[in-house]
Amino acid sequence: MGIKEKTRQLVEEFDYFDDWMDKYNYIIDLGKTLPLIDEKYKTPEYTISGCQSQVWLHAELVDGKVIFTADSDAIITKGIIALLIRVFSDETPDEILKADMGFIDALGLKEYLSPTRSNGLFSMIKQMEMYAYAFREKR
Amino acid sequence: MDISNIRAQFPILTKKIYGHDLVYFDNAATTQKPQQVIDELVKYYTEENSNIHRGVHFLSQYATEKYEKCRTKVASFINAPQPETVIFTRGTTESINLVAESFGQAFINEGDEVLISALEHHSNIVPWQMICERKHAVLKVIPIDKNGDINIEMLPELITSKTKIVAIAHVSNALGTVCPVKEIIKLAHEKNVPVLVDGAQAISHIKVDVTDLDCDFYCFSGHKMYAPMGIGVLYGKKSWLDAMPPYQGGGEMIQHVTFEKTTYNVLPFKFEAGTPNVGDAMGLFKAMEFMESVGYEDIAAHESRLLDYCAERFNDLGYVSIIGTSAHKAGAISFLLKGIHPYDTGILLDKFSVAVRTGHHCAEPVMQFYGIPGTVRASFAIYNTLEEIDYMIASLQKVYSMLSI
Repeated sequence: MGIKEKTRQLVEEFDYFDDWMDKYNYIIDLGKTLPLIDEKYKTPEYTISGCQSQVWLHAELVDGKVIFTADSDAIITKGIIALLIRVFSDETPDEILKADMGFIDALGLKEYLSPTRSNGLFSMIKQMEMYAYAFREKR
Repeated sequence: MDISNIRAQFPILTKKIYGHDLVYFDNAATTQKPQQVIDELVKYYTEENSNIHRGVHFLSQYATEKYEKCRTKVASFINAPQPETVIFTRGTTESINLVAESFGQAFINEGDEVLISALEHHSNIVPWQMICERKHAVLKVIPIDKNGDINIEMLPELITSKTKIVAIAHVSNALGTVCPVKEIIKLAHEKNVPVLVDGAQAISHIKVDVTDLDCDFYCFSGHKMYAPMGIGVLYGKKSWLDAMPPYQGGGEMIQHVTFEKTTYNVLPFKFEAGTPNVGDAMGLFKAMEFMESVGYEDIAAHESRLLDYCAERFNDLGYVSIIGTSAHKAGAISFLLKGIHPYDTGILLDKFSVAVRTGHHCAEPVMQFYGIPGTVRASFAIYNTLEEIDYMIASLQKVYSMLSI
């Protein structure tokens, strides 16, 4: 299943919720599925700046695909990064770099996208793209 | 005092956020503006706009007169001895930077010390750090205790013969602690050390009397006291302001300019380079009128009722820890839901239409002291009600049950 299909599924799941509480409960639950970063990577090097909560993101290339792991000290942030990882992990750098970010809007999370927004969804996506870019250039 | 009558003067309070009445508890960041302040801005730009001073035409003279009237009103509002001791700035941050830069330029030298407290907002840390770095001076810090009170007993030992200035918050923005500034000023003056008071978080809650305090400098922002953003005040004792060099160069602040030598204007113009913020000064005038119409006594009584009630309700919940438990607080209450990141609490409270602030509140050293990533801060103004606190508490209960599973 590619990025396009995964985002389509997510949008469909989110369409179910008619109130914000259901949506946030879902995001909180998503956080529990987050593939956790190895404790040894919880260092400033792997910290994403621009977030009010701490976020650590790690990536490695396995068989040509980027595998992301992450963690955060805030529950909602954890959910949001889990959502991103669900979309972008296990994809090739090329697929990640050409992905259409329109799904963020479709999920009703656009309010978090501005670069100044304190939860740093923007910074998380930027960091994921940076990893993908670095892996692509390294080849 | 009829709060509904006060609320009616603030149009934004009728706004719905996500379909529910706005509960605005972010007043320490900025207060909302009453209709008379908003109207004054519209009136100024509709009927009176003109560049002030030096203009010979009618509008310029009219605007000049109103601008200077605002200065006079600020002087009487804070009981400053002369209007020219009131300098208009962009806000507290600029006021502090002005003093750090200008006072520092003239009076801080290598090996000298600047004394601040562990409660300070970054705006009352960084400008001093910058001048200390440049002058190879030392920044020293008065510690706080676990309640968030300043350790005033340490002051006599911390003020040394090298101390050039003490800079201290009147009210802590992160914890709401009211600092004993009068006592600090007295202690500092015994050693001939001047004191700057950062009044950003005090001005909307506490009647400020700079003559009674005997402070050497007092700084505050208009936008935290119901006035527009972009206008602030630096009060300084005339003897200091006269002795200090100009902060910025440009129009207004000069007497005569030649390419060889410029002579500077008298106070307050010496410190007001460039076209001042006339429109927002008009708004500040109306904001002071608004505050006077309510009266500091009633403001303080109402806000302390809100603070006490909020603390009581927090304690009833059992899973809220209040950060900063000084016996003397004004305006703000900082808290954490047990085991929950302040950011999570803030995001979900927002969905309940409750506006609070989360994070380190530009006072990272305070958070480091408590060993926490930040807090949730509810801060109150004259238009807030006990019912709004009840609503926040009910929302917090739902937030807690969502997050604590």
